[in-house]
Amino acid sequence: MAEIVLDEITKRFPDGTVAVDKFSLDVADHEFIILVGPSGCGKTTTLNMIAGLEDISDGELRIDGKRVNEVAPRDRDIAMVFQSYALYPHMTVRENIGFPLKLAKVDKAQANQQIEEAAAILDLTPYLDRKPGALSGGQRQRVAMGRAIVRSPKAFLMDEPLSNLDAKLRVQMRTSISRIQKRLGTTTVYVTHDQTEAMTLGDRIVIMRAGLIQQVGSPQELYEDPVNLFVAGFIGSPSMNFVPGTIADNAIDTVLGRIPLTDRIRTTLDAHEAPREVIVGIRPEAFEDAALVDGSRGAGVTFTAPVDILESMGSVKYAYFSLENAHVDSEHLAELERDSGTEEIGQAQIVTELDARSQVREGQNLEVWFDPDSIDVFEPSSGANLTAK
Amino acid sequence: MATTARQRTGWTIANVVVAIYALIPVLWLLSLSLKDKSTFTDGHFIPRKWTFENYVNIFQVGGFLRPLINSIGIAVISTVIAIVFGTFAAYAIARLQFPGKSLMLGASLLIAMFPQISLVTPMFQIERQIGLFNTWPGLILPYITFALPLTIYTLSAFLREIPWELEKAAKMDGATPFQAFRQVIVPLAMPGVVTTAILAFIQCWNDFVFAISLTSSNTARTAPAAISYFTGASQFEDPVGSIMAAAVVITIPIIIFVLIFQRRIVSGLTSGAVKG
Amino acid sequence: MTDDGETRPPRDETRAGADVPAPADGTVAATGGAATATAPTGAHRVAVSEGKRSERRLGWLLCLPAAVIMVVVTIYPIVYALLLSFQRADLRFPNDNKWIGVTNYVTVLTNSFWWHAFVITMIVTVISVAVELVLGMALAMVMHRTLLGRGLVRTLALIPYGIVTVVAAFGWRYAWTPGYGYLANLLSDNSAPLTQQVPAVGIIILAEIWKTTPFMALLLMAGLAIVPDDLQRAASMDGATTWQRFTQVTLPLMKPAILVALLFRTLDAVRIYDNIYVLTNGAQGTSSLSILTYHNLIGGLNLGIGSTMSILMFITVAIIAFIFIKGFGTAAPGTDSTGRR
Repeated sequence: MAEIVLDEITKRFPDGTVAVDKFSLDVADHEFIILVGPSGCGKTTTLNMIAGLEDISDGELRIDGKRVNEVAPRDRDIAMVFQSYALYPHMTVRENIGFPLKLAKVDKAQANQQIEEAAAILDLTPYLDRKPGALSGGQRQRVAMGRAIVRSPKAFLMDEPLSNLDAKLRVQMRTSISRIQKRLGTTTVYVTHDQTEAMTLGDRIVIMRAGLIQQVGSPQELYEDPVNLFVAGFIGSPSMNFVPGTIADNAIDTVLGRIPLTDRIRTTLDAHEAPREVIVGIRPEAFEDAALVDGSRGAGVTFTAPVDILESMGSVKYAYFSLENAHVDSEHLAELERDSGTEEIGQAQIVTELDARSQVREGQNLEVWFDPDSIDVFEPSSGANLTAK
Repeated sequence: MATTARQRTGWTIANVVVAIYALIPVLWLLSLSLKDKSTFTDGHFIPRKWTFENYVNIFQVGGFLRPLINSIGIAVISTVIAIVFGTFAAYAIARLQFPGKSLMLGASLLIAMFPQISLVTPMFQIERQIGLFNTWPGLILPYITFALPLTIYTLSAFLREIPWELEKAAKMDGATPFQAFRQVIVPLAMPGVVTTAILAFIQCWNDFVFAISLTSSNTARTAPAAISYFTGASQFEDPVGSIMAAAVVITIPIIIFVLIFQRRIVSGLTSGAVKG
Repeated sequence: MTDDGETRPPRDETRAGADVPAPADGTVAATGGAATATAPTGAHRVAVSEGKRSERRLGWLLCLPAAVIMVVVTIYPIVYALLLSFQRADLRFPNDNKWIGVTNYVTVLTNSFWWHAFVITMIVTVISVAVELVLGMALAMVMHRTLLGRGLVRTLALIPYGIVTVVAAFGWRYAWTPGYGYLANLLSDNSAPLTQQVPAVGIIILAEIWKTTPFMALLLMAGLAIVPDDLQRAASMDGATTWQRFTQVTLPLMKPAILVALLFRTLDAVRIYDNIYVLTNGAQGTSSLSILTYHNLIGGLNLGIGSTMSILMFITVAIIAFIFIKGFGTAAPGTDSTGRR
């Protein structure tokens, strides 16, 4: 068990590119921390620096208060699970899991007991004498986990350990990783590009972009109070909708209609000296079929548009709208689009989450309602959230 | 793997073609070695009159046993050393970053390229001076030298294909670089190591130029060199029969060596290492 | 059979040729580069971390044994040949040794025998290596994939390479000699193919191909072994025919193995000696560069000219190797195309 402190850690490659820039973070003992961001944001490089697989160009890495920049990986007492699992194909499952113990010269009986225990936790007991080639993807993933937990290291590092699994297995393994981490209480740093994994697993999440930390916080904080466009667009599924807006006369004019400023929003906008042209963000969850809204309806804003596509998820329905002049041009969002390979973010498409009771059909016009207090307002050039607490 | 009758027939034909390709000229040597003197020049592929006289002759008169032992000893020692050192260097070249890497590769290639014929004279002089002439080490050293470039090149091409993450994983599991090399990389590179060992062994075993120039008696003379000193049972006799018998004899160790080690040239060993 | 006079150890007289001035320091450094390569390369801008430094140390340490052996064994002979190539050193006139600059090179390069041997060598090299690549690939496929008696097939296929070249060449020589040989008897007119230039070169190429195709095949098979079966299956799911699978998936992945096999085979083929020595000994215009060099160096005792030929051969081979490595680009060992992240 250990506390890991990254103090202005920087990674500069020989060609001069800075992969990680002054990364500072305190990982508390027992904490499960997630590094998340689009590919190329420096999250894996950061993990490799903690592991010792990559040199630290600048800054200091401390484990349990001791500087370990120059310590070889094997002496850091940290275990790592790789995206590709990196199982030794010539060894059986038992030998794979037992390899760290063999290197540490743990005596045979003791080692065997530890291997059996790890295998029992991971339901691998029946497969101990097989070779990795004869295992399924999920089993291989568990062997990789076994190799990490068997020697009770100070910390686990996991580099997208679930990305090679199919969707169903991924959900299963996600819960079992969470369970194992809670049971063992081992400090864990987990890298992923999947925001759902990040939200469900982490005590705290670190969102990275282009080598810089964007925001650190609990899943709830990141969801409710994203500091900028990038975080807002990254966290949440489906992603937040963004439309351009113009502040005028105590309201914001958008393609979704004229959104009056609530007291809360007006105060924060004034405090940030907001410009006239802004970007408005609204989460899909903030919308509702106007037909199903009663009581508070008067306080809300509505717009009417034809439903492009309707997806019924059972518990909720997603309605997609294409709106003219709704496109937001922002480099902050462009990067997210590139990474996810989708074009929904920042595009002229609006996604709304409706109650399952909604009777709307594809192609029909629908009146959609939302609460003007649920919006976030962003500064277009810096991307900063002008409505953050 | 299920095999259909058609596949079976196809492979049988392919195998037969390979066997004919490899064996016809060898059987010709065998035939020549077994032909009786009177039928030696009859030009028939299958001997009309058989004799083992040539085989008896090379061991009893020709003293072929000692060169055979020399050959085996020298080739085995050279191969082992070349493979061990070559694997070290190939690993460094394929997996580690260090200045001087391309020089190492370039230099070993230059050595592989130099015409061996022209190295013989100076090597003869130097070995005479330092007392290596006509000894085992006197042949082992050049054999290692000329087996190394091929070893380094073949193995580094092989080692490059082993997934990087396996080494990282070993490091994280607490292995020193040498432990990672010894316990993870070498076992995975076994097919390459064995392939290279076979080639190196054959290269040493086949050498004629060095063997004939750097030895002067049966103390270190290897079989191929010894063959060239065959004169036949008497001075006027054609030694071809003896040469052919010796050729057949020195082919046997190669066959045994390959038979033993070809099993290790297994494919697909890295399956299951990475990915799901 | 073997003419002792031609193949026995260089005679003692050759020592006269060795009494050349001690190698100049500059020349030693040029060829001995491999030794100095293992020394640290001095000041670096950024301080190197413990990990990097231990990696460097390990790299040098692992290369050291191989480098030391190779340099120790070859440095003297190579420098010796280089120096001799700039001298008049004819053992028939031992007192006439002197430095003559590039005169030897001019002599060799304006000599029609040299160019004739050069052409023959290139013909033998190009034809035999090209045929060997195709045959070797087929053989590698059979060795790698055959379902029946794989061990036996692999062993059989390697026999030709395992047979001592000189001995195998004798087999071919007798097979083609009228009266002795089964192959010569197949020819209708009882001719002697080894006594005519074109058939003789053909036989030399044939013997060379038979003997060294297994070498090619073994290296190629090692390359085949690292092509994952999954990829083959994926490609066939994508609708690739067997031929497309071979050219689109297998070949590109085998590039490093093909490079090594082609490179070393070509280097060997250019220096072809044993086969020609036994089959024709260079008669009827079948001399290769090695044969010519040998005749000058040991048979003719003209060390200066012989050494010049060695150096020129070396340069020829080096150019070929350079072209290969450039042509194959990043597939060459030691390049960091795959990178390490």
